[in-house]
Amino acid sequence: MTTATRSWEMRQRSLLPYAVLAAIALAIVWVLVATGLWNDILRYRKDIIYLTKQHLVLVAVSGGAAIVTGIGLGIWLSRPAMARYAEATIQAVNMATSIPTLGKLALMMTLLGIGPLPAIVGLWIATLLPIVRNTYAGLRAVPAHLVDAAQGMGMSPRAILRRVELPNALFVIFAGIRTAMAVNVGTAPIAFLIGGGGLGELIFTGIDLQEYGMMLAGAIPTALLAVAVDFLFGQAQYWLVPRGVNPLRNS
Amino acid sequence: MIRLEALTKIYPSSHGGAASVDRVSFEVGAGETCVLLGPSGCGKTTTLRMINRLVAPTSGKVFIDGRDTSAVDPVELRRTIGYVIQQIGLFPNMTVAENIGVVPRLLNWDRPRMRRRAEELLAMLALEPAEFLDRYPNELSGGQAQRVGVARALAADPPVLLMDEPFGAVDPVNREVIQDEFLRMQKSLRKTVLFVSHDIDEAVKMADRIAIFRAGRLEQYAAPDELLGRPANDFVAGFVGSDRTLKRLRRITVGDVMSPPDAASAPDAPAVAPGDDLRRVVTLFLERGVDVLRCVDAGGRLVGVVTRKAVAARLAAPANGNGPGAPLR
Repeated sequence: MTTATRSWEMRQRSLLPYAVLAAIALAIVWVLVATGLWNDILRYRKDIIYLTKQHLVLVAVSGGAAIVTGIGLGIWLSRPAMARYAEATIQAVNMATSIPTLGKLALMMTLLGIGPLPAIVGLWIATLLPIVRNTYAGLRAVPAHLVDAAQGMGMSPRAILRRVELPNALFVIFAGIRTAMAVNVGTAPIAFLIGGGGLGELIFTGIDLQEYGMMLAGAIPTALLAVAVDFLFGQAQYWLVPRGVNPLRNS
Repeated sequence: MIRLEALTKIYPSSHGGAASVDRVSFEVGAGETCVLLGPSGCGKTTTLRMINRLVAPTSGKVFIDGRDTSAVDPVELRRTIGYVIQQIGLFPNMTVAENIGVVPRLLNWDRPRMRRRAEELLAMLALEPAEFLDRYPNELSGGQAQRVGVARALAADPPVLLMDEPFGAVDPVNREVIQDEFLRMQKSLRKTVLFVSHDIDEAVKMADRIAIFRAGRLEQYAAPDELLGRPANDFVAGFVGSDRTLKRLRRITVGDVMSPPDAASAPDAPAVAPGDDLRRVVTLFLERGVDVLRCVDAGGRLVGVVTRKAVAARLAAPANGNGPGAPLR
């Protein structure tokens, strides 16, 4: 079998879950149309567009900041100079992860008041932790002999990080980012509770008013966004992680 | 040329710290292969790693071509020294071509030159360039990976090669093959090689000189023939084994022991070539029950005879003609 057909088959395999999801989505839409809920949802078209934009800003700003700072922090903790403090810090990070996200948002509200800012900060913290943990773990898992070989060939510490350590940890780092972004997108609706806006407004108001059309008008875009974000980072993981260290592209 | 002067490494520990390498001095001539040999924990790897300064010496100096290596930036120094380790350490995120190109890239070679060099090295190591250049390390067998590891170390044509049990992870059959390839290559490249091993047979096969270590000290530094023929002490004798005379046969050639042909040489005696080693000679003595062999060159001309007596005389008197055998003090 040629490399081309093999990689095509692998691509198909990696796309399969999304095809299944699309089929389920179609079935749901059919049910909604059949029950008449679809028209109820469409009544909120303008709200959906406006709140989705708000929602995207929440996710993009908090998620983007978390990816940048999380990878940076993970790298910093993995450096030999930090070895004495790294494990303790990671333990603290693990404990912080176990605080429910709603609790984190409530804490942010007490510290920063209400509005988008505390929501973004809360989401940032919730998203940060898995990225730090995975970046640190991924870098620590790079075999010592690779670093030894790189050093022995005259690579500078920075070149070793950039060309050996990070590429070899990248798959695990991406796994952390995907977990983190799933948490981020899933938690973003709660931001409404501390005045952060977003699609949570339709969901929570819909629940309170027992307006299922309104609730679904918030819930369905949230779900679609979650799938889209995971698809995006899944594709990035597939294409950006070098083939030699990418389990998705080797089987 | 590499010179070690009273090289010492002491790792600090609660009870003061014993030296893992204790005032080791020796000299390896340009183009020679020196095997550092000894049981594990004897300091041979630490000694090797002090040469490219992956380990900083506690005291003592290393000179390469007369230049004190402590005066050079370690990162720059390492780019001029090839380095091969037992785990090979090919970077799994890079293709074979990229792995071989690591040091050239650090030296800012242009891409076509890096590519050409990788092709050239793979061909030299009996790997078809077109087939292997774009493979990833996880698509190589152990022996192939080890060859690529050697190619990577040779990429920027460093005059010095450090090899830490380079063939230790390869199965015995392939190890022999790779050793032979390396010897053939070394014949034309004439690198100055320091090679760590714990295998006396490998050392006898590969080395121009062997440095035997015990507990951080250099016990004997000599050519294989002298080491086997005249071990400096009981430790060395024990380490090289009771069959050390048999081991010597590998490194002595017919040319070393033959005498000019005379009229009396039996015309029907079995024939050997001047480049054959004494293992073949002794095998023929025993199998054919003869005392004399004819030595013929590639053209079939008689160039000498080998007698049992000459072999015995050679084994009784270890060669001293191989330069200074004793470590520098």
